[in-house]
Amino acid sequence: MHFVTLKKAFPYTLPVLTGYLFLGFSYGVLMNKTGFSLFWTSLISLTVFAGAMQFAAIALLVSTFNPLSTFLVSLLINIRHLFYGMSILDKYAKSGKKRSFLIFGLTDETFSINAAIILEDGVNKKLFYFYVTLLNYLYWNIASILGHQLSFLIPDTIKGFEFVLTALFFVLFLNQWEIKAHRLYLVIGFVCTLIAFLLVGRAQFLLLAMVLILIAMGIETRWRSSR
Amino acid sequence: MSMIQLFITILMMVIATQLTRWLPFLIFPEQKAQPKLLNFLSERLPFASLGLLVMYALKDIQLTKAPYGASELIALSFITLIHTKFHNTLLSIGLGSLLYLFLFNFVF
Repeated sequence: MHFVTLKKAFPYTLPVLTGYLFLGFSYGVLMNKTGFSLFWTSLISLTVFAGAMQFAAIALLVSTFNPLSTFLVSLLINIRHLFYGMSILDKYAKSGKKRSFLIFGLTDETFSINAAIILEDGVNKKLFYFYVTLLNYLYWNIASILGHQLSFLIPDTIKGFEFVLTALFFVLFLNQWEIKAHRLYLVIGFVCTLIAFLLVGRAQFLLLAMVLILIAMGIETRWRSSR
Repeated sequence: MSMIQLFITILMMVIATQLTRWLPFLIFPEQKAQPKLLNFLSERLPFASLGLLVMYALKDIQLTKAPYGASELIALSFITLIHTKFHNTLLSIGLGSLLYLFLFNFVF
């Protein structure tokens, strides 16, 4: 059962493997160039395990010691995870011992795969979610070690590999677009985030985006039930 | 920062990150499921979150400077095209990314 499920999960994680290799590698390179040893580089990848956060972490680690502001900045950068948890509650329910790890490793990429997939009967679903999470965790950690150790190799000339993750999110978006009942919510999510971005800018638009999404969904439900 | 301060700083990041991941599961424990709210959320939020993620991934595009996000725009249009034709997730991501890398590094 384990091997069959692992074999089934692996292809779904390939885009993440590619994306994480470049992102995790870049993180490792940056940590090295900032002067941190492999110990700190890996410790953060193993425990924090959040892409955008870890890039912000470098700046936080070289500034003056301020635990409270670190805590608040980290909350704000990761606030979108709240939505992932709420979206995937029923899928992750009754997953026993694996539950803690599933929640611990709920990154953008793991969420996007596990939330979007519809598994046929006969597949051990919780095990599938577990392997997607585990594989992604391994990719990220291996990539950050490689980045730290091989930072002298980095080709400064070719850039933009992180687009693989944009492509992953976009294709999953297109897959859901084919289901007519989901379209409205895809649009709500995108448009509300765009509006928030235009209103408050790149740094902290996610919190506003989430509030707008919840409001839009509330209005939509009310409108639907009043008809 | 000293070693201890580094450890504390990292610990703050871990606690904050894990808090955002655990909170929904702590608010809605399995045994006390609130079916109505949960249904409401699970029918809508996964898809709204995907919309959010797509926009989030596009946040660093430079629309005010040349080439005005042309690489992203062309690559995403191309992905839409081949994905509607072949419905192959990995193919769409792979070819779309290759096109993007080519455009981003060698064309614009």
